[in-house]
Amino acid sequence: MAQITLKNLAHSYLPNPRGEQDYALKEMDHVWQDGGAYALLGSSGCGKTTLLNIISGLLRPSHGRVFFGDRDVTDAATAERNIAQVFQFPVVYDTMTVRDNLAFPLRNRGQDAAYIKRRVDQIAQMIGMEAMLSRKAQGLTADAKQKISLGRGMVREDVNAILFDEPLTVIDPHMKWELRTQLKQLHREFGHTMIYVTHDQTEALTFADKVVVMYDGRVVQLGTPEELFETPAHTFVGYFIGSPGMNFIDAKVAGNRATLASGSVVDLGADHGTPSGRVQIGIRPEHAVLTAGEGLPVAIRRVEDVGRHRILRAELEGQAFNIVQPEGLQVPGEPRVTFAPGKVSVYADDWRVAPQGRAV
Amino acid sequence: MDKTQNNRAWFLVLPVLVLVAFSAVIPLMTVVNYSVNDTFGNNEFFWAGLDWFDEAVHSDRIHGALVRQAMFSAIILAIEVPLGIFVALNMPKKGFWSSFCLVVMALPLLIPFNVVGTIWQIFGRGDIGLLGHTLAAIGIDYNYTSDPFDAWATVVVMDVWHWTSLVALLAYAGLQSIPQAYYQAARIDQASRWAVFRYIELPKMKGVLLIAVLLRFMDSFMIYTEPFVVTGGGPGNSTTFLSIDLVKMAVGQFDLGPAAAFSIMYFLVILLVSWVFYTVMTNLDRQEAK
Repeated sequence: MAQITLKNLAHSYLPNPRGEQDYALKEMDHVWQDGGAYALLGSSGCGKTTLLNIISGLLRPSHGRVFFGDRDVTDAATAERNIAQVFQFPVVYDTMTVRDNLAFPLRNRGQDAAYIKRRVDQIAQMIGMEAMLSRKAQGLTADAKQKISLGRGMVREDVNAILFDEPLTVIDPHMKWELRTQLKQLHREFGHTMIYVTHDQTEALTFADKVVVMYDGRVVQLGTPEELFETPAHTFVGYFIGSPGMNFIDAKVAGNRATLASGSVVDLGADHGTPSGRVQIGIRPEHAVLTAGEGLPVAIRRVEDVGRHRILRAELEGQAFNIVQPEGLQVPGEPRVTFAPGKVSVYADDWRVAPQGRAV
Repeated sequence: MDKTQNNRAWFLVLPVLVLVAFSAVIPLMTVVNYSVNDTFGNNEFFWAGLDWFDEAVHSDRIHGALVRQAMFSAIILAIEVPLGIFVALNMPKKGFWSSFCLVVMALPLLIPFNVVGTIWQIFGRGDIGLLGHTLAAIGIDYNYTSDPFDAWATVVVMDVWHWTSLVALLAYAGLQSIPQAYYQAARIDQASRWAVFRYIELPKMKGVLLIAVLLRFMDSFMIYTEPFVVTGGGPGNSTTFLSIDLVKMAVGQFDLGPAAAFSIMYFLVILLVSWVFYTVMTNLDRQEAK
């Protein structure tokens, strides 16, 4: 096991990349702590899988180096890196039995038979497939096949890291919970470094201690689920995390005041200087409070009742604005909205502007 | 949706029935007619019962042709299938060279059978053929018109040249359908090259290989034109395969009765062997799924 360091890493699938747009991965420096449980979150096509394949050695990065501990493994083959990876769609060896499938990575590394048997039984129990061990893998359901893939990923105890590339896409919802819990438990037991790629925020937030959010080939934020929710470093994080995502409104910011297009003023609660570029203020729907008296006038377009709370689809300053309203509250006749103090973030050209005199 | 039952719809199939009857069933029935009758021309038939069948079953000449035919099919399958797979494995997976290889490999398949025969007939000649001349120049005594072994070698190599592409193209199509993730998973699992072939590529190619084996078996079992053009079945009877023998019997000697009985049995044998092939292979599949 080792800490994985990416140094000046960038990747382009083109032989002669010209500008930044030619890079699937923009230059980044990143350290994956040994034993961490990470989620790699981002929309499709943002470079998550590219990054994963670079770490596992399936892809050689066009720029930069990859270190496992102190060792430079940029040019090392996948087999040498001792990494396990589980793919989005199930990969099983059809003609082998479930048992042989699980034992395959161990056999290829010349482990002794008694150990393999013990380990395979253990894994089979974990993925709940003891009863099917002597069946051929062919003809099993996609669920079962993916469980075998997961099992094959976890069967080696000495791996440097286990990489999961959206592994639960094909699995039934109730099974998803169970497997995710098992992965989490496995992580606690063995302390492998785990990197879990997903575009499902629930999956990311429940699995990981640290979430890495990627956008357009770049890591835009690394943080705990709480940090991502409270202080998104990039408008994409604000938009992507949370349901519905953060609201953004164009504004002019000077000091602790934000002036909206209509001339209304919002108190930011802290000095943000005078950022330039495209300036927006961001506010979580959960931090917007509907009132009858004070605040900015909003027009409610639609009310969605999702059980424990209601989502109000509204319009503020002519832009879409979502408000989460706790159960039991009414929508007033002439609704206005106020923002919870200290919960308004400022973004200049999509990046968060930290309030002065306070850490991010 | 309500289904309308109207048996008059069967009339719509009538044209096909008439066409098939005219082009296939009736000619086949005349063969059946010949096979149970003796005729001396003038459309006069004398009932012969199963005599011709009896004769064919006990004919040493047909036995010989059958043995040669089975050997020929076995040899070319044993060469073409592994060779085709090997070629497919080594073909470029994408880009210009992949298209180039596909086109080049499709070329032999496009050449008419008698042209293939003529090409090799000339190619192998000692006086003007490049192959025959070269072999003679390096001191190999090669003559496909007088030496049975040389004749066999020529016919087999010609068939390999003509048809390996088909197996290779089918195998290539099978290989192309394997998702990249399988190879990636194999690298993660540290599988050897052999293991990748044995556990990923071969299982995924099985379907197309079954088709390839079937096609090559049926075609080779019925082969006529190429060996006929090259060796004419000789020297002696050494390359006289079933259909060459059949043509000799029917057209050369005009023994229409025995030839008809022979061809009916020939047809049934091909049908039977293909059915056995298919059933065995698909059953293997089903057992593996259990």
